[in-house]
Amino acid sequence: MTVAIQLGIIVGYLLLALAIGLVAYRLTDRTAEDFYLASRTVGTIVLLFTTFATLLSAFTFFAGPNVAYEQGPEWVLVMGLMDGIIFAILWYVIGYKQWLLGRQYEYVTLGEMLGDRFASRRLRGLVAGVSLLWLFPYVMLQQVGAGTALQALTEGTVPYAVGAGLITAFMILYVVVAGFRGIAWTDTLQGAFMLVTTWIALVWVLAVVGGPSAASSALEAEAAHHLALGSDFYTVQWMLSTAITIGFGVAMFPQVNQRFFAAGSKKVLKRSFALWPLLCVLLFVPSFLLGAWARGLDVAIPEGENVLPVILAEYTPVWFAALVIAGAMAAMMSSSDSMLLSGSSYFTRDLYRPFVDTDLSARREDLLARIGVVGFATASFLASLWNPATLFELGDAAFSGFAQLALPVMVALYWRKTTRAGITAGILASQVFYLSSLFTSIVPSTYAGWTAGLVGMGLGLVVTVAVSLLTTPAPDERRAIYFDGLEAD
Amino acid sequence: MSRPALWGWIAVAIGLSALTIPWFLWGDATLVAGVPLWLWWHVGWMGLASLVFWLFARRFWGLGIESDSDSSGGSPGSGSRVDAGGERR
Repeated sequence: MTVAIQLGIIVGYLLLALAIGLVAYRLTDRTAEDFYLASRTVGTIVLLFTTFATLLSAFTFFAGPNVAYEQGPEWVLVMGLMDGIIFAILWYVIGYKQWLLGRQYEYVTLGEMLGDRFASRRLRGLVAGVSLLWLFPYVMLQQVGAGTALQALTEGTVPYAVGAGLITAFMILYVVVAGFRGIAWTDTLQGAFMLVTTWIALVWVLAVVGGPSAASSALEAEAAHHLALGSDFYTVQWMLSTAITIGFGVAMFPQVNQRFFAAGSKKVLKRSFALWPLLCVLLFVPSFLLGAWARGLDVAIPEGENVLPVILAEYTPVWFAALVIAGAMAAMMSSSDSMLLSGSSYFTRDLYRPFVDTDLSARREDLLARIGVVGFATASFLASLWNPATLFELGDAAFSGFAQLALPVMVALYWRKTTRAGITAGILASQVFYLSSLFTSIVPSTYAGWTAGLVGMGLGLVVTVAVSLLTTPAPDERRAIYFDGLEAD
Repeated sequence: MSRPALWGWIAVAIGLSALTIPWFLWGDATLVAGVPLWLWWHVGWMGLASLVFWLFARRFWGLGIESDSDSSGGSPGSGSRVDAGGERR
């Protein structure tokens, strides 16, 4: 009975999303720009929520409360700083400039924008290649999350592989049909849904346990140090390293970066920018506090299970718990479908078109983009079958990996003297450094408490600037296009 | 575009980031209405950030990015140039 209700809610949700996708399909032009960016016509609410829902993933919903449960509620601060403040500032500093450039020169991807400025096909391919390298495991991570959640929810009736496979098949169908417009619409629905259900969940649990004071005293009795700011886990260095690397990483994540191009107008960007910190704090506080307070409640969390579903199952009715889990699944899908779409656009525009078929027509590119989605999703699904590593480690690595791109890109956007050799060297050096810190023992992973991700970012910055100073720009570089005549009107 | 405004806003951005986490409450476990004081600070700070961003978007949007079309030093976005365009193409 319980399983039937839960599956019913999830299937109902999927059908609703599909209906929205079909409406979007009817409105879609058969061009790559429309498929990837809804022809740059997105309004405030949709832009705000699609960015929000894309940013939040299985990680926010499951791993976040798990961290708060294990280590205390400081996770709210780390996420607030990285997403609410640092990312918002980057949304202006990188995002607004990208938006202006994208409108002027019709860029669809980051690699395209850089490749055009530095007149370098190789740089374009490098940015796309590096991005796909980090994107792929992250998509896999979402599939792992979906498979695990479905398996836990149905108590094993739907095995991991079947759950992950079903979600993948649905996402492929959805992305191929709906494109960016459909994804942005369902994101809006999902974002609003997550926000509302998380608050209801918090209020519900608090009502049962007797309010925040009772919940906090219970937590104090169980783990007193959790309520004091800071701990052996939450050190100053760790909190700052995490917030900075992930904050910058988010801005370079293809599905988020691509949203920088999508706004319909300057007004849309301004409004989204001002509302952003509020939206973040409104979601982070209830979901991570719930995770933190759960520690003091008399509920056993089985080894390897996520905290949030167990707590909801204990304190709220079956239908409500299923609704929240459906919301979390929605969060995974809204991240993954956007990632598939962006991954496919990086592949077709920055790898296939420049290197394989330079005369690709818009119509054929649109078709190829959809084929790319199928290939990408299928490959990451297959990978998820034999390598379900923990969400946290993989997610963290991908964000830091993307963060390595941010500073060389910012230097290029704001410093005329950046050269092709400079930015290429900056990107390569920081990537090699960070990958080595992950996979070899030659490069350490921490430096007096600061992470290799943060140190790598600094290295990328120094190398980009130093090599730019030492080299002269190639004659075909278009040094002025990021600066001259850049206006909204 | 006015240089002081640019540097001023860079300082504001750094200041906003620096105090999102209330470092001065390090180790503090005071509860207010059952929730740690440091979390209340954070919630209030995010509200303040939203307000500051709104102000920036209203008066200074384009600072450091849009080309300098008038060198008279007026802040971009103020006065008659507000959203003259930029709506859907």
